Amino acid sequence: MDKIRIIEVKQSVFADNNAQADELRKELKNQKTFLLNLMSSPGSGKTMTLKGIIERLKGKMKIGVMEADIDSDVDAKAIAETGARAIQLHTGGMCHLDAYMTRQGLTEFGTNDLDLVVLENVGNLVCPAEFDTGAVKNAVILSVPEGHDKPLKYPLMFEVCDAMIINKIDVLPYFDFDIEKVREYARMRNPKLKIFPISAKTGEGMDELCRWLENEVRKWQGELVF
Amino acid sequence: MHELGVVFHCIKEVNRIAAENNIKRVNAVVVEIGEVSTVIPYLFEDCWNWAVKKETVLKDAAIKIEKIDAVTHCENCGDNYPTVEYGKTCPYCKSENTYLVTGNEIIIKQIEASDDE
Repeated sequence: MDKIRIIEVKQSVFADNNAQADELRKELKNQKTFLLNLMSSPGSGKTMTLKGIIERLKGKMKIGVMEADIDSDVDAKAIAETGARAIQLHTGGMCHLDAYMTRQGLTEFGTNDLDLVVLENVGNLVCPAEFDTGAVKNAVILSVPEGHDKPLKYPLMFEVCDAMIINKIDVLPYFDFDIEKVREYARMRNPKLKIFPISAKTGEGMDELCRWLENEVRKWQGELVF
Repeated sequence: MHELGVVFHCIKEVNRIAAENNIKRVNAVVVEIGEVSTVIPYLFEDCWNWAVKKETVLKDAAIKIEKIDAVTHCENCGDNYPTVEYGKTCPYCKSENTYLVTGNEIIIKQIEASDDE
């Protein structure tokens, strides 16, 4: 008969991924490359917001974009039109990116000369929140048509993020979206959350968002900013 | 879909631990899943049973899932209450100054291995 051995583990499933993510952040710090993990539901305007960010910052820093999708390259093509370097990562059916996949993407991409890399995560408010990608900062885009109750329904997403971008504020008059409520719900989960109401379409609020991002990149690179 | 990603991470971890402990064969794995962890136990089990078919050390290893109750603590009145029923608002004093104590964990608790191949 087999000898049975019981091994007590008591360790989070995510322990290894978290260690990988920390390692990746260290390497990015040495390279002076800032990685932003951008998350949202499908259709919240991630790609368009990114295009707006690139337009405003491309004269000041070198930017690259990694588009994660289950299987397509439409987003990477849209980004490439702005002149920024873009790469499409296929998750092969997975709902999120983890630190291993992010590292693979970055290696393939060659990020040594880039100041800012934006990781456009798979469109989904649940799974990407659970996996640390190794990003320096996490941001979530919530668009007006999705409703102001999202921080209540997906609390983890709003807890792990450093910034919440409220997109499509140009259509506020047509929806029952209470911007004060969304601030309240989100800050209840995460008092340190930065909140940026924008319209990627009209450009409203984009300058403020880009100022924050530029500042964060410079801080990461060790430059003094005010 | 989310459960599959978590299962892959779990299998990878168990493989690593097995290698460290010189285990050739894993019979069963016990995981603890929090009530509000975003992982649904029966989907986790389905994904696990599918995924271990393709494994070597873990081939056809059984999965045992234990639930961890979600408990929230109220900082206002100091009481604990069940999270799933009452959410963010304390049922005793109606305060929202509360935080989750347990229930969002996904933990590999135990590995059952046999030394013979």
